[in-house]
Amino acid sequence: MMGKLLMRGLIVGLLAGILAFPIARIFGGPPVESAIAIEEQARTAAGEAGEEPMVSRDVQRTVGLGAGLLAYGAAIGGILTLVTAFAVGRVGSISPRATAATVAGLGFISVVLVPGLIYPANPPAVGNPETIGYRTQMFGLTLLFSLAAMVLAVAAARRLSASFGSWNAAVAAAIGYLAVVAVIRLVMPYVNEVPDVFPAIVLWQFRVASLLIQAALWSVIAVGIGVLAEREFSLRGFGASRVKLAHR
Amino acid sequence: MSDATFSPGFAPTSIPVKEILPWALFGGLVLLIILYFVTAGQSLPGQDMIVHEFFHDGRHLLGFPCH
Repeated sequence: MMGKLLMRGLIVGLLAGILAFPIARIFGGPPVESAIAIEEQARTAAGEAGEEPMVSRDVQRTVGLGAGLLAYGAAIGGILTLVTAFAVGRVGSISPRATAATVAGLGFISVVLVPGLIYPANPPAVGNPETIGYRTQMFGLTLLFSLAAMVLAVAAARRLSASFGSWNAAVAAAIGYLAVVAVIRLVMPYVNEVPDVFPAIVLWQFRVASLLIQAALWSVIAVGIGVLAEREFSLRGFGASRVKLAHR
Repeated sequence: MSDATFSPGFAPTSIPVKEILPWALFGGLVLLIILYFVTAGQSLPGQDMIVHEFFHDGRHLLGFPCH
């Protein structure tokens, strides 16, 4: 049954990727094109020849973007399904649906939001190609620290809830997580490679689009896995205790 | 026992770890490799920067460092 559940989780992720595509085109397309136009202008002004891309812009903005969103959606869908399958019944007495939403919500905060606030999304024309390795490492480290802190916070909340109640435990864990985020912000180096002449509005539009795409993708996955989890756990008869209690 | 109907708790039993673990290990590994290619991989043998170029727009818009 676990294999079937994972397969369905992957399909939910693919659906989320399909839904994210028009959002990416509508909100993300214009700032990406503006940024590329700015890049070209700067290159022409500097007297450099325009480079012929290996993959044409037409492919990048259609097939490339679609494939990226589908693969990313499927991967996140699969991973969140596995985590939710583990979490149901192990994070206090909440329903499978609520567990799926909690897993996706905390995952979004620790994997997308916090790393994205510390190293925000950048459009083309922003970023020095020579520092890509360094920036990828810093982003990856931030993501790992943030995710590890979230896992520890949830584990701590579980332990504390026995003595202090689940609400107090959750508040304490949240404060702990935010304290770690503050330390990450202080420790990780700032990176600013936005050219002085780059329009602020294009940067803002791009970053909002990026957040919108991620939020849409993760929300669809959260709701979809919630449906799968409810089904799975009622098929296993795990919800039977509630029904029995209610009719006793 | 009418008070039992007040029980708001939903206490499902959980899926045993040994049932999840093999799927988590192999599935998780494959999914992480896919994530790596979409978000950070740059080249394929013989084709420098082709992965980067193909996933260019998605990588930027999903907020991963691109170039």
